[in-house]
Amino acid sequence: METTIMDNHKDKVLFHKESQIKEIWRRFKKSKGAVIGLIMLGVILIVLIFADVIAPYETATKQNLANKLQEPSNEHWFGTDSYGRDVFARTIHGGRTSISISILATMASCIVGSTLGAIAGYFGGKVDSIIMRSLDIFMSVPDILFTMAVVFAMGASFTTLLVALTLAYFTNYVRLVRSQVLTLSEQDYVEAARAGGAGGARIILSHILPNAMGVIIVNLTLNVSKIVLYESTLSFLGLGMPPPAPAWGLMLSEAREFMRTAPHLLFFPAMAIVLTACSVNLIGDGMRDALDPHLKS
Amino acid sequence: MNEIILDIKDLEVIYKTDLETVKAVNSIDLKIDKGKTLGLVGETGAGKTTTALSILRLLPGNTGRILNGHIKYSGTNLLELEETEMRKMRGDKIAMVFQDPMTSLNPVMTVGEQIAEAITLHNDNLSKEEVEKRVDEKLTMVGIVPSRKVEYPHQFSGGMKQRVVIAMALACEPELLIADEPTTALDVTIQAQVLMMIKELRDRLGTSMLMITHDLGIVAKICDDVAVMYAGEIAESGTVEDIFLGEKHHPYTEGLFGSIPNLSSRANRLTPIPGLMPDPTNLPEGCFFHPRCKYKMDICERIHPESIAKGTHTLRCHLFDDKIMADKMEVNTNE
Repeated sequence: METTIMDNHKDKVLFHKESQIKEIWRRFKKSKGAVIGLIMLGVILIVLIFADVIAPYETATKQNLANKLQEPSNEHWFGTDSYGRDVFARTIHGGRTSISISILATMASCIVGSTLGAIAGYFGGKVDSIIMRSLDIFMSVPDILFTMAVVFAMGASFTTLLVALTLAYFTNYVRLVRSQVLTLSEQDYVEAARAGGAGGARIILSHILPNAMGVIIVNLTLNVSKIVLYESTLSFLGLGMPPPAPAWGLMLSEAREFMRTAPHLLFFPAMAIVLTACSVNLIGDGMRDALDPHLKS
Repeated sequence: MNEIILDIKDLEVIYKTDLETVKAVNSIDLKIDKGKTLGLVGETGAGKTTTALSILRLLPGNTGRILNGHIKYSGTNLLELEETEMRKMRGDKIAMVFQDPMTSLNPVMTVGEQIAEAITLHNDNLSKEEVEKRVDEKLTMVGIVPSRKVEYPHQFSGGMKQRVVIAMALACEPELLIADEPTTALDVTIQAQVLMMIKELRDRLGTSMLMITHDLGIVAKICDDVAVMYAGEIAESGTVEDIFLGEKHHPYTEGLFGSIPNLSSRANRLTPIPGLMPDPTNLPEGCFFHPRCKYKMDICERIHPESIAKGTHTLRCHLFDDKIMADKMEVNTNE
């Protein structure tokens, strides 16, 4: 790819740096599913960001037994639940918690897991053995059981939930990044960098991780939906945010009683979970396809 | 005046796994004078790259072992340095150009960033503008327009990639450059270009060089001294005149020259050296070359030859050992 020679260095820098991201975006757009996912998620996020404006928090938590179990109407778009709370408001405020925690937990688990994986993969030997065997022991404990223990120990709160979710999902990244590091360490450019005087940290941060980014990002986006689902599971079991804070899983749990008489209580939070998980998965697939050919070249 | 910049003596390197021990380098002696270029010639598997990696101490951690010998760089034994001190040397005082330019560059970093890294690793006190200025200088030095520094390696052709690699190696103006078959992966016309460039830069910067190659043509063009390596040993060494114009040669060197295809001759067949290089896990008794040597004598199967020096020319072969040949003559006349 011959490029014309320009004198103005600054122009040149901007032009080329952008083109990498533009390339990825262009490939991303090719996949219809990915674009739909992006739009869906965009709509969901906008609704959640403006949640307070659209439906004040009190309507989600304030009990009004006179209004209980009403079907969807003009006044209450999604109806009301057994305590008379507006389901629409609960859905969007619940969404806020669910999604913000999911994103934070995804980031945290990625950072923790990737760091451990990079260290295990790069240094090998005893360090590798210690990390991986500890991980095996950790993973042998069933997720839910472990999470329950954490919640009981720390008491239910946003932070507790964050810690529990991070712990449940960081192991995924350790293995992933470790195998990437093992493969990438053998690359010639790593040897060349070492011959130039680069040390361990520099090689991991500047040479290995950027090349592993593609795989990490794809896993990250796919994990968000898993974490959203797991969070719903936790709040369903009562291990999530303490009441009256709304959460999708909690809403599902409360709706069980009224499945036959007031199905709208089940329908809306379930749809919300499905739509969110679906859109994130579509985006994840799109990312994978967009980054893959680039990795090949 | 003949200051020695690299002095390798009795270097022994093995690769040890649970199953076997590969004797890669078997007691070699090499010397490079300051400002001169030593060509290390040999077939694949002779131990050339292992020697280069040993100088920089970049042998694969779990299998490569340096058993014996010293590698003195301007008097300091590199094998005794701590890893942190060694790291300071790499890139700054001793630099290496690897064989395959296609994979020597990080695909997700721009070319400018990679050269800048080579600079900042050893000069952390420079400002960003200073570093950028140097990057531009280095790119111009290897014949690449500086505005291309924002491009990624896949946007360059093979020859240009190798120029970038050379720019990275020479970024800190090292005193010793180790070039491991730098033009082997390139096509012939580009080979000539890159070689000319290396020669010019070497002359301009006064860099000493260890040029590893299997191509005798390259040796003739660019080297001052030559060492021919076989099965981890130096079979023959000397100045480039000794090797190309001298009358006496190690049978292996003779075989190498004889196997070069000749444009002007009308021969139907090439004359390779019969046989293969010995298995480094199971080297032959006596002289390592004897199974393939057409001048083989009885003594070659039993006694490992010492390196015999005739002025600047050394040969590791019983044929040139005056005492042995004299004894043989005696035996022959007595029969």
